[in-house]
Amino acid sequence: MFKILKYSFYDLSRSRWIYIYGAFYLLLTASLLWLGGGVSKAIISLMNIILVLVPLIATMFGVMYYYNSREFTELLLAQPIRRSHIFFGQYLGVASSLAISLLLGVGLPFVLYGIFTSPEIWNFSVLLLVGFFLSFIFSAVAFFIALRNENRIKGFGLAILVWLFFAVIYDGLFLLALSLFSDYPLETFAIGASMFNPIDLSRILILLKLDISALMGYTGAVIQKFLGTMMGMACSLGVLLLWAVLPAWGIKRVAVRKDF
Amino acid sequence: MITIENLQKSFGKQAVLKGISLEFARPGITAILGPNGSGKTTLIKSILGMALPEKGRIRFQGKDIRGGWAYRRQIDYLPQIARFPENLTVRELLRMIRDLRGGQPDANRLIRLFALEPYLDKRLGALSGGTRQKANIVQALMYDSPVVILDEPTSGLDPVAMIRLKELLREEKEKGKHILVTTHIMSFVEEMADEVVFLLEGHIHFQGGLKELKEKYNAASLERAIANILQEGKLGFKANGHGAKAARLVLKAL
Repeated sequence: MFKILKYSFYDLSRSRWIYIYGAFYLLLTASLLWLGGGVSKAIISLMNIILVLVPLIATMFGVMYYYNSREFTELLLAQPIRRSHIFFGQYLGVASSLAISLLLGVGLPFVLYGIFTSPEIWNFSVLLLVGFFLSFIFSAVAFFIALRNENRIKGFGLAILVWLFFAVIYDGLFLLALSLFSDYPLETFAIGASMFNPIDLSRILILLKLDISALMGYTGAVIQKFLGTMMGMACSLGVLLLWAVLPAWGIKRVAVRKDF
Repeated sequence: MITIENLQKSFGKQAVLKGISLEFARPGITAILGPNGSGKTTLIKSILGMALPEKGRIRFQGKDIRGGWAYRRQIDYLPQIARFPENLTVRELLRMIRDLRGGQPDANRLIRLFALEPYLDKRLGALSGGTRQKANIVQALMYDSPVVILDEPTSGLDPVAMIRLKELLREEKEKGKHILVTTHIMSFVEEMADEVVFLLEGHIHFQGGLKELKEKYNAASLERAIANILQEGKLGFKANGHGAKAARLVLKAL
């Protein structure tokens, strides 16, 4: 598996898009830091961008990489390698390339700005951690969708729809439900519902760490109230981990039974 | 070496292989022939464990291949479409295959044979179709495995490379290997094959030597013999009223 991972990573590290992706973060972060004024402001602005952009790019990249390397995958399948290792290797290659682009793009400006001597270092680390999680979760979801759909257009459409659902539609439905049932106690429902969306979970995790109640929203506040900051963070982190494992397990299941 | 018993495979509603039993016991070159969609590639992919059959069993050196992967160490495979990661160079591709399979392949001899030296450090995405096919051949044949499976090896090759490929296959055959080839080029079959397996509509229509095939179908050339097989098939098709059209399509496909 690590050999496949190595070569997927190698292949992707030559791809122009990975560099464009990294360069985008570099420019964005640098301008937020030096023009926007201050580390904490930059972290909050970056959070809003990362929560939407990382899942989108991971989804697109995952689906694109899978479909583009189909014939090559067939060649790998004819080699003496276990099937699940091939797909795990490729998936981890995509996810880690994206994570490294993010790390360098966001990390370098912060290091130059002096994050190591700033008290905000832990907040920044949580931001990066969430970015990593989202890269892995959404590229796994993308691989899973692509594996299940032979038709590229359908696969692409479905993957984008999943992203749209988690990034935009879910919040809308959530708010709708909250306002419709506002006469009932909704705390448990709110906690439960946010657990089903990795993007929401990530937002809560960062905001709990930043401890900005004004931005926390209903679920953030409920989680903080019921579980406390530390417990709330541990919980959301645990569920995020589950979110990363589940689609990976799905990849394995589909890969073992699929015809090529 | 390879034994196939009652292999059945369908994709959705379409049955591709309808109960195929075959044995590749004697070393030599076996050509798997048949019109497009007759199940040649599916048969090959089933042997490699890429397509998973619904029914039937495939044994490799006496062992059931289901769920196995290590047996593929004994098989060299040339896929039909030569597409590789675009950003890797030819040299990196070969190194990667060696890295994945282990062992000591002899790539240099093949690189010289197909005059690939000038392209070694070029990105695979920048190569022409024919050159990529040569790289494909090198990656497939640089190992010394007892079974070689080639899916349309001649596609995109220039005449010189084609002659080299034939020489190479003759050498491999001399070493006592089992070589399975699918192709649409009848002159290639006539020149190279010891045995022919003809697939039609998911069944084996004929298996045997070239001479037997010609004798059985009363033809002077392989092309004629195959036309006769398809004519015979045409009579069979007539029962359901689509005979002539189906046979024309099949002939066109060949």
